[in-house]
Amino acid sequence: MSLLQVGGVSRRFGGLQALSDVSMSIARGQIYGLIGPNGAGKTTFFNVITGLVRPDAGSFMLDGKAYEPTAVHRVAAAGIARTFQNIRLFAEMTALENVMVGRHVRTHCGALAAVLRTPAARAEEAAIRARALELLDYVGIGAFGHLRARTLSYGDQRRLEIARALATDPKLLALDEPAAGMNGTEKVELRRLLERIRANGVTILLIEHDVKLVMGLCDRVTVLDEGRVIKEGEPAQVQRDPAVIEAYLGRAHEPA
Amino acid sequence: MTPVRAPATADPQSAAARRRALLTGLAITAVVLVLPLAAGWLGTAWVRALAFAALYVMLALGLNIVVGFAGLLDLGYIAFYAVGAYTFALLASPHLTDNFPAIALAFPGGLHVPIWVAIPLGATIAAGFGVLLGAPVLKLRGDYLAIVTLGFGEIIRIFLNNLNRPLNFTNGPQGINLIDPVRIGIVSFDRPLDVLGVQLTSPQLYYYLFAALAALSALVCARLQDSRLGRAWMAIREDETAAKAMGINVRNVKLLAFGLGATFGGVAGAMFGAFQGFVSPESFSLMESVIVLSMIVLGGLGHIPGVIFGAVLLSVFPEVLRHTVGPLQEQIFGRIVIDTEVLRMLLYGIALVVIMLYRPRGLWPAPLHGTARAPGGGDAPPPANRAAGGVEP
Repeated sequence: MSLLQVGGVSRRFGGLQALSDVSMSIARGQIYGLIGPNGAGKTTFFNVITGLVRPDAGSFMLDGKAYEPTAVHRVAAAGIARTFQNIRLFAEMTALENVMVGRHVRTHCGALAAVLRTPAARAEEAAIRARALELLDYVGIGAFGHLRARTLSYGDQRRLEIARALATDPKLLALDEPAAGMNGTEKVELRRLLERIRANGVTILLIEHDVKLVMGLCDRVTVLDEGRVIKEGEPAQVQRDPAVIEAYLGRAHEPA
Repeated sequence: MTPVRAPATADPQSAAARRRALLTGLAITAVVLVLPLAAGWLGTAWVRALAFAALYVMLALGLNIVVGFAGLLDLGYIAFYAVGAYTFALLASPHLTDNFPAIALAFPGGLHVPIWVAIPLGATIAAGFGVLLGAPVLKLRGDYLAIVTLGFGEIIRIFLNNLNRPLNFTNGPQGINLIDPVRIGIVSFDRPLDVLGVQLTSPQLYYYLFAALAALSALVCARLQDSRLGRAWMAIREDETAAKAMGINVRNVKLLAFGLGATFGGVAGAMFGAFQGFVSPESFSLMESVIVLSMIVLGGLGHIPGVIFGAVLLSVFPEVLRHTVGPLQEQIFGRIVIDTEVLRMLLYGIALVVIMLYRPRGLWPAPLHGTARAPGGGDAPPPANRAAGGVEP
């Protein structure tokens, strides 16, 4: 059974049909790639399934349950966590606090319990902190927990965003161009991290421009172009598909 | 790279830190307790100024929740102070019984609600108004939010000014008089009290009460800041979209910030009413909102010790000015050339401009973590990516 089943998603921005009838089915435990040229609608699709942009049409199933992507925080509670194409950390908070915010949706302590410091509130707070420290270690930035997020290096900020997303205990981790702006070494480390996350049972949806990374890492790939799915399949198949090559490189010029 | 962890809580270093914190706490407590006695020698005006300083600390701490923690610029905060003050004024003065025969009939002894009822009630009603303000401005940010909150503050003041016809609820611009003083048990705060041979005047008694409430407010704020809710507020301040994506219900969390912030204003307002014995709309002008906002910006937005420092500084400052510049002018010119009230505003303005230029994070900002060299690595941290971060202390 697939973890995420999305069918017939359409969205129009004024005169631009950003998405038309996009469907996708992601099996549990996969790393699923979403690729396409610039402006193909990848990020819009991301924003739709995570509730940031309302679709004109479409059906959504997560883990066998229908969900309505109408409110971002409810999608997070349902089990989809995301990162952003242009990193969106809580810049003035420490790395540790960033990850602790990720635990918000799985914890319950309210204002009164916090003010009274009830035993339950203290225990929950300790658990939040312990889990956040664990996740910082897991993504490899355990030493930087006390630093403000904006002082971290670019690659570490990307890792921190992943740690923060993992803190919500997601079923599906949606990453919007996690390798953008990374150098070769950082990309290799990112790849290892994503493989580790998959091995630990979290399904990953990945938007990525780096074809090498996608082809090496993903179990299945969907190619979008001008808001439509033009190919879906295993990376090797997709890579050879004429329509995909055309979308990326353009059509050979034919003499009139 | 070997991970370097912050020292665990049990080591001697943190024990020393805890001892230092305890000593600092004791020293501050001693100063707070002795100050009004010392001020008593100088005159009642100084004690009253100290009592007002404690009230302003409460106001500043409340506004700090909204502006400092949650990042929602609120220019109408004084409205909650007004709501608290009028709640207490109506419930503990002859105004309602004088104007509404039905109420006079129901309470033949007059309305004298004790503070145990009035304070929670003032807090709750102010919180209700906080949510009332918060609900329509949930989607607004920055300048737009500031304009709407400013309007809200003015609306409350104008209502208080005009709700004397056709039914006289607020007595209009004349305000409400003869408000009961605070009474706790047999101690009435409008009369001097002998404690262990020391005679405490009425303003001194009020000062101790307000200082205790301010300390309680600081404790509540510190605990809120360091909690799941506090982190959610800060996350919204830093990036609302990312906060939503982390599953934070931004609507509820913002309303809580408005509501809780207003609570402090409500309690401070009720205390103000009891202390003065009189409230009128002119105490709640836009200028008051601006001054409370100046206190937290000047002290250090979002940093509780800084906020308290800013509130004390700006509320005692006019009193200092009155007692120094006034006599000085009379000595030099034989009369007051520039009214101290005018001078105060001028100096406020200059102080704010200078602070914004040279210490944009306030006089006593939160300590900056993360400027230290990254452990184990040679790379310098990347340059600040925010224009407004600025200036290390």
